[in-house]
Order: sequence, then structure tokens, then C-alpha cells
Amino acid sequence: MRAIAIVAGGVFRDSVRERIAYGLVFFALVLMAASFLLAQLTAGQDVKIIKDLGLAASSVIGLFIAVFFGIGLVTKEVDRRSIYALLAKPVTRSQFIVGKYLGLAVTLVVNVAVMTAALYVVLAYFEWTTPGGAKEAWEAPALDPALIKAFALIAVELLVITAVALFLSTFSSPFLSVALTVAVYIIGHFGDDLKHLDNIVESKTLATIARGVYYVMPNLERLDVKSAVVHAVPVTGAHMLFSALSASLYVALLLTASTLVFARRDLK
Amino acid sequence: MNVIRTEGLTKHYNTGFWRPRPYAALEDLTFGVGQGEVFGFLGPNGAGKTTTLKLLMQLIFPTSGRAEILGRPVGDLAVRKRIGYLAENPYFYDNLTAEELLLYFARLFGCAAAEGRRKASQLLDEVGIGAERRFQLRKFSKGMVQRVGIAQALVNDPEVVFLDEPMSGLDPIGRRDVRELILRLRDRGCTVFFSSHVLSDAEALCSRVAIVVKGRLAASGSIDELTAFQARGWELVVSGLSDDALRNSRGGFSTVTPLGGGRFALQLPPTTVPERIIPELVRAGAQIVSLNPLRATLEDFFVAQVQAAKDDRTPTHGVVGKRAAS
Repeated sequence: MRAIAIVAGGVFRDSVRERIAYGLVFFALVLMAASFLLAQLTAGQDVKIIKDLGLAASSVIGLFIAVFFGIGLVTKEVDRRSIYALLAKPVTRSQFIVGKYLGLAVTLVVNVAVMTAALYVVLAYFEWTTPGGAKEAWEAPALDPALIKAFALIAVELLVITAVALFLSTFSSPFLSVALTVAVYIIGHFGDDLKHLDNIVESKTLATIARGVYYVMPNLERLDVKSAVVHAVPVTGAHMLFSALSASLYVALLLTASTLVFARRDLK
Repeated sequence: MNVIRTEGLTKHYNTGFWRPRPYAALEDLTFGVGQGEVFGFLGPNGAGKTTTLKLLMQLIFPTSGRAEILGRPVGDLAVRKRIGYLAENPYFYDNLTAEELLLYFARLFGCAAAEGRRKASQLLDEVGIGAERRFQLRKFSKGMVQRVGIAQALVNDPEVVFLDEPMSGLDPIGRRDVRELILRLRDRGCTVFFSSHVLSDAEALCSRVAIVVKGRLAASGSIDELTAFQARGWELVVSGLSDDALRNSRGGFSTVTPLGGGRFALQLPPTTVPERIIPELVRAGAQIVSLNPLRATLEDFFVAQVQAAKDDRTPTHGVVGKRAAS
């Protein structure tokens, strides 16, 4: 456990000096530009659009970090040979995999937390500058606590995608890993469509295959409550809990598979 | 007792995408390294030196055979706590400083933060990294990274150190520093296993060497033993000998070279017994200045082994043939 924590700390320290900065600067720029422009252009929709934009930007930037840096966790170490020194220390390959994953997971969670805070700061500004009458047109209050639920599930989704990226990178090339991870992300957002494909197509074989894919792929649609939160549709605690638990199980399975694949891999 | 031991260690790779063919990177390697030795693992580029080190670090897995370090299978975590390893052309995390990197590794060995910092500082002093230790490693030159690499290999006060081309990328002062460091390690009782194709380093440092060519062990033994097989006679330096006495001598010298100051260097063939010649020369008024055996250098021996392997001939000399043991 100690080795895992140290490896994770190393990943966090390494990444926090480089990776997170790009994501946050980009996010802050998008958010600020949107705030000032949209405040001028829209009447009554400004807060809703800022929420939409803030959540979407957080999700996209997080996805970028999860895919590219999730794949880099193993491939960069192997390609640059920094893994040689690490695995010659008292660290097992499974500790390496889990530590690397947790390090990036912490980075992502911190990233999402900072973006959450940034969005609340912008929303607080709007709350403060908007006259009382104009606020009545808002579907939900600017400083809606439910936004935290959306951000929490964005973080959970990013943790799943990171695990997918890490797993794929243990046996395939970086380019293929990126392509497959993005494919998993897209398919994961069409889970229900895949499950009920028999309503649309006549081919039973195709419907069976689609249903099989549905059961193998993570159901990322469940983790997407951005629209619901913006439109003040309640997101229950049970939904949050079930989504987090099923995602945790999926991550655990992927990490187990990653360690099994990586355990006997020759590091040429 | 051998602290490093391999038995029939073999590694084959499949090369080619469409029609994979096996490529033997290492074939039936058997050798042992004793406690406290500085052992040189020599060979030309592509001979299998790095493959062997990777097998010993379990970065790759053998096709067959086995390897042990400190009496336990390689890969055993208890073993890794007692060894250090420097990879060839090492690379570390760009965004960490040298100090942070060493602290990171020290903590993997169970060091508390304060102890780790003390150790990092001491090791960086030892390898000659000064104020740069607080710079991120992305700003380090190749030689400085190599020095940091050597420091990280020693962070746990290892009993056995594996160094893959430790002099690579170092300037002459750096090479001298590393040579001295290896000797200090030896004096502390640490076993040092290092791979190199720089023979002068091996000649200066090693108690024993193994030469690997095309994935096979060509020879192993102490440098004296290996080069003695190619003794080329003796060089006797004398003074106070007249030209006449020299001409009348029955020494059968191969060459006579005047050195100035009335001294001569006399080369004797390997069949000559110097103890028989010397009394005769002394009677003729000579003073003996020095007597040294003329031996092949390690380089001569190495080239002969490599050439023999390339010609697919069994070497005609060498202490140990293809199967070697300590």
C-alpha cells in the first residue's frame, strides 16, 4: 500500500507541474470569454449558458487529460525507459499500475474540483450583478448546489475513461489506444440505444451483438447529468450512489485486467 | 558464495510482423559473480549485455533458464531491497528535481522523508551534482542525468549494484569520478556488476570479467588469467652492459632497444626462462633495472574472442569456454 501511495504521489507531483496547468488555463479562458460575451448577447439565459458551457468545458478538458495522460501513464514510462529504475526498486508491477492510476485519478479530481470552484466564482459574479427581477427567469439558482453532483459524476466518468485508457495502453500502441478509448467514450454514451437496438433494426444478430457490446462497455450515459442539473431536474442520491458503485466496479475490473496483462509483459 | 548466478539463461524474441521468426538475443548463459567482486560484463554492441541485465532485473522474462541474486530468484521484492540498478542511457521524470527524484526512490525503500533528504543530499554530493540538484531534470545534460542515475542506484546502500554502461555520456572527469566511486563501493564490500564495451574501464576496475558475443558467453575469468594465455614473452631492462657483452650473450633476445643512459630493453621470447639469463648478464657486469612479462591486453583478448565468435570458431584460448562458472 505504501509503494502504491508513493508511486501515486510521484505521478501527481509530476503531472501537477505540467498537465493540470494547461487544462485549467484553457478552461479559465473559455469560461471568462463566455461570461463576458454571453452576458451581452442573451437575456435571462446567461446563467444557464454559463452552466452548460462550464460543465461541458470541464468534461471535455477532463476527457482530454484522461485519454492522453491515461495512455501516457504506461507508454511514456516504457518508451522513455523511466520504468526501468522504478521496477528495479521494491515495487511490483501491479503496484506500479495501481499507483500510476491513482496518481492521475487524484490529478483529475483536483482538476475537476478547481474547475468547479472557478465556475462557482463566475456564477457568484452573475448572482451578485443580476437584478432581483431578472433572476426569476432562471430555471435554477445561479449558485445551485446540484452543480456539484454534475461535477462529481464528471469526475467519476473521467476515472472510468482513465482506467480504459490505461488498460488499452498495456497491450496496444499509443495511437490505437487513443482511438479505442475515444470509441469506448462514444459508445458508452449510446448505451441505451445499443441495448434497445432491436427496436430499430430487424437483424437479430446485430441486435444481439449490440446488446453484448452494451454489457461490455461502461454506461457513461448514466454519469451524464449535466443537462438535468442545468434544467433543475432532480438527481437522486440513489442514482449518484449506484452510478459511483458501478463505475468503481468497472474501474476495479479494468485495473485487474491491466495488472494481469502487464505482469508478464517484456519491457524491451 | 555467488551473489549473482545464472544457469542456461536464454532469451528469444520473435521478430517480423507478418512472418515472425525467433531471434536469439541470449543463448544458454551460465555464470556466477562472487561476493565483493567488481565484475565486468563485456561485449560488442548487440552482444546481449543489456538483455542480460534486463533479465536480472526482471524487466523481461527468460525463454528458459534461471537467474538468482543473493540466493533468491530475480524479481523477489526482498532481493530488490538489497540491490541497485542503473539502466543504459537512463531517463527520469522531467518535472522532478534531482533531489525530489532521489527522495521519491528513497521512500520506496521505506526511508522517512528527513532520512531520504539526507541520503539524497549525500549521494548527489558523491556523484558531483551541486546546486543543479534543485533544477528540474529536463534541464540536465546527458552526463548529469547519468550521474543522477548512478546516485539513484545507490539510494538504498545496496549490497549488489548493476550498472549498464555507467560511463556512457560522461566527460573524462566524470569517468574518473565513477571509476573512483566503483572502487569505493568495492572497498565497502559491495558487489558491482557492470556492463561496458570500454575495455580500459574494465581493465582498471574489474577483478573478473565475462565476454559475451552474439548472445553467448565467449570467456570469463580474471584479467590476469585471460591475458596470461597470450603471454608474449618478457621485457628485461638492464644497464651497465657493454656492446660486446651484449653481442656475446646467449640470451636469444627477440629485440634489443637502446633506451639512453646506457640502458637497454631486451625482449625475451616466451620460451626463455629469465632466471637462467639474468645471472649470466649480471656476471657480464649488467645491473637489472626491471623485468616484466609481456602480455596481451584485455583489448587483444577481447578482439580475438569477438573475431572467433564471428568466424564461428571455438576460441583457442581463454580460461572458460562457452560454459563458464566462477
